[in-house]
Amino acid sequence: MGNLVIAAALLLLLGFAYQQGFARSLSLAAEARKEGRRLHSRPRYHGTLVAIWVLLPTLLVLGLWALLETSALRALIVGMLPPEVAGLEGRQLDSAIARIRALASGYGVAGEVADYEQAAAEHLSLIQNLAFLLVLAAAAGLGLLALFAAKRRISLALRARDHVEKAVRILLMLCSAVAILTTAGIVLSLFNESIRFFSFVNPIDFFFGEIWNPGFATTGSAAIGRYGLLPLLWGTVMVAVIAMLVALPVGLMTAIYLSQYAPHKVRTVVKPVIEILAGIPTIVYGFFALVTVGPFLSALGAAIGLDIRSTSALTAGMVMGIMLIPFISSLSDDILRQVPLALRDGSLGLGATQSETIRRVLLPAALPGIVGAFLLAVSRAIGETMIVVMAAGNSPVLRLNPAEPVSTVTVTIVNQLTGDSDFAGPQSLVGFALGLTLFAITLLLNILALFIVRRFREQYD
Amino acid sequence: MTSLFRSSLQGVAAPPTALEAGDGYQTVRTPDPKAKPTRLSAHDVCVFYGDKQALENVSIDIPERSVSALIGPSGCGKSTFLRCLNRMNDTIEGARVTGEITLDGENLYSPQVDVVELRARIGMVFQKPNPFPKSIFENVAYGPKIHGLARSKSELEEIVVTSLKRAGLFEEVKDRLHAPGTGLSGGQQQRLCIARAIAVGPEVILMDEPCSALDPIATSIIEELIDELRENYTIIIVTHSMQQAARVSQKTAFFHLGKLIEEGPTERIFTNPRDKKTQDYITGRIG
Ligand SMILES: Nc1ncnc2c1ncn2[C@@H]1O[C@H](COP(=O)(O)OP(=O)(O)OP(=O)(O)O)[C@@H](O)[C@H]1O
Ligand SMILES: [Mg+2]
Repeated sequence: MGNLVIAAALLLLLGFAYQQGFARSLSLAAEARKEGRRLHSRPRYHGTLVAIWVLLPTLLVLGLWALLETSALRALIVGMLPPEVAGLEGRQLDSAIARIRALASGYGVAGEVADYEQAAAEHLSLIQNLAFLLVLAAAAGLGLLALFAAKRRISLALRARDHVEKAVRILLMLCSAVAILTTAGIVLSLFNESIRFFSFVNPIDFFFGEIWNPGFATTGSAAIGRYGLLPLLWGTVMVAVIAMLVALPVGLMTAIYLSQYAPHKVRTVVKPVIEILAGIPTIVYGFFALVTVGPFLSALGAAIGLDIRSTSALTAGMVMGIMLIPFISSLSDDILRQVPLALRDGSLGLGATQSETIRRVLLPAALPGIVGAFLLAVSRAIGETMIVVMAAGNSPVLRLNPAEPVSTVTVTIVNQLTGDSDFAGPQSLVGFALGLTLFAITLLLNILALFIVRRFREQYD
Repeated sequence: MTSLFRSSLQGVAAPPTALEAGDGYQTVRTPDPKAKPTRLSAHDVCVFYGDKQALENVSIDIPERSVSALIGPSGCGKSTFLRCLNRMNDTIEGARVTGEITLDGENLYSPQVDVVELRARIGMVFQKPNPFPKSIFENVAYGPKIHGLARSKSELEEIVVTSLKRAGLFEEVKDRLHAPGTGLSGGQQQRLCIARAIAVGPEVILMDEPCSALDPIATSIIEELIDELRENYTIIIVTHSMQQAARVSQKTAFFHLGKLIEEGPTERIFTNPRDKKTQDYITGRIG
């Protein structure tokens, strides 16, 4: 409720500021025209600039309040508590304060309400209201002041357009910074926890160990288990390779058919249907693997005398491949259709057949994009969790045979971090080290993709 | 993309309505007593892009081993007609061709005809240069390779070099045959595409404004090439330059708004056009 009021007031203020700037510059321009001079920037830039000037101080006030509110009110509440309660430690004090806040905001609390609690809550709610009004008034006052100042600055020579453009540029920069900062934050937190993990386990044992047997957290720190990454990494690679062996040929051929051969009508039906495949939740693919593909493969193996387990790298990889087909086909289809028609005509006009044209002209021209799509799909295959949890058998042992169960990095992270973990022992901390490894692998793949794409660009542009 | 197979069927089923669709316009024809025997012949050709008609009942005979020029204002259907002659309109979704076009008496649009082979015999240089994103060498070698014209690497090299020389490009690119063809200038790309087309050794060559991006010197090289090719090949050229049409062609056809207005010996068309529209166009009053 309070926030809504603030937002509405702010919008009103900004609208007013814009209108003021607009009108002021318009009248200036009208006067100047008589002397044959012109405004540097058009009125709408002046309006926007004034609005920006108003926005900055008000945002500053509101932002400061948002930052300080919690701690200021907390100090206030503690001051109002009787000494025996105020003297409580940690969680107990927190819950006492939370009770008063809940009372003040009108939500009920469990149990008896003590007198001092009631009194403190009433006092708190009064102060909260006052503070709210005060902040609103301060923000509005400052905003108006800024409006006044900004309006006085408007002149014929004021380069309002340049300033507005700069503000827009900064805004855009901030937006892209959000993504970058988030990534950095994720990496940092992974890093921190990983370092804690490596204080328990030697990095060499982790990265080059061949045995994965973390033991249980409850068995005590004496038996911290063994944390060899290799079986997991091998499982991940094997499942991803099988998945790509399924997804790449099928996806690429689908894309070629759709973009080059399919009549318009077929295309308009088939393409959306294939894209539906991409929208199926991975856990549903997991069911499919567990209930249908696994038993089928195992029966097939039995028929030809091979021992195929129904939960295995093969099952998980195949189903993951099916999941990735639309990913590859849809991206490659778009890329193939972007190859200029003139190239295709040039080849056909020389008497090349359609398949020669596709192989020798279209695919090479589309290759950078297709490689990009491929590597994106690989990244997804490596990071995919649900299908592998359900269908790969969860057996972190180094085995060559794809028909045997495996485990992957993602599955192991799930195993180690779910349940009753306290993030203190290596059993759960290893999850972060694994996450960091996964992150590094996908990062490398993406860099590789960029590199390849650039190489081909140079060759073909 | 329309499948080649499907559109070849459309071509056969030329509905007789095509004759009536012309609502009685008459092409002005001046027969040429000195003309060589007919190689390509179009009869009542109509082209539709979807519902829109781009060509109306075009009938013309193209003599062998000579140059025929198609002229007319922009958008009148010259490229469209040219593309009918090697069935490149098949590749345009929604394009429909009716009527009959024969090469040596055989209907190009009959189902027995193999489009791929046909296009190897009737080569085309497109209006916009469209080099492949490959090296200059590979661009020219492309056709000979897929048709197996060279038995060895040195033979292939010879074909490439001769073709580049004939298109007047070799001197400029001889040190960078393995640089990308797309890195050439517009005019160089145009000559590269000409070299690419003649490397296949087609019997008929269709050229859509081959000199539109060329300077006078490169233009005269191409005109010389056309003149030389005429000894053995049948050539049809689209051009916006009256002088060029007059210089290189023996026969000229004037198109206007999808209709073939007048055709006849080049000299005759330029000195003594019989239709008013033709006269206006060549004296610069329309287009
Ligand atoms: N792919 C297409 N789809 C729909 N309409 C087309 C297509 N290609 C050409 N047209 C139409 O057909 C008509 C003839 O076009 P065409 O390209 O044959 O003209 P042109 O005589 O070659 O002109 P220019 O001298 O400008 O090259 C034009 O009206 C054009 O808009
Ligand atoms: Mg044209």
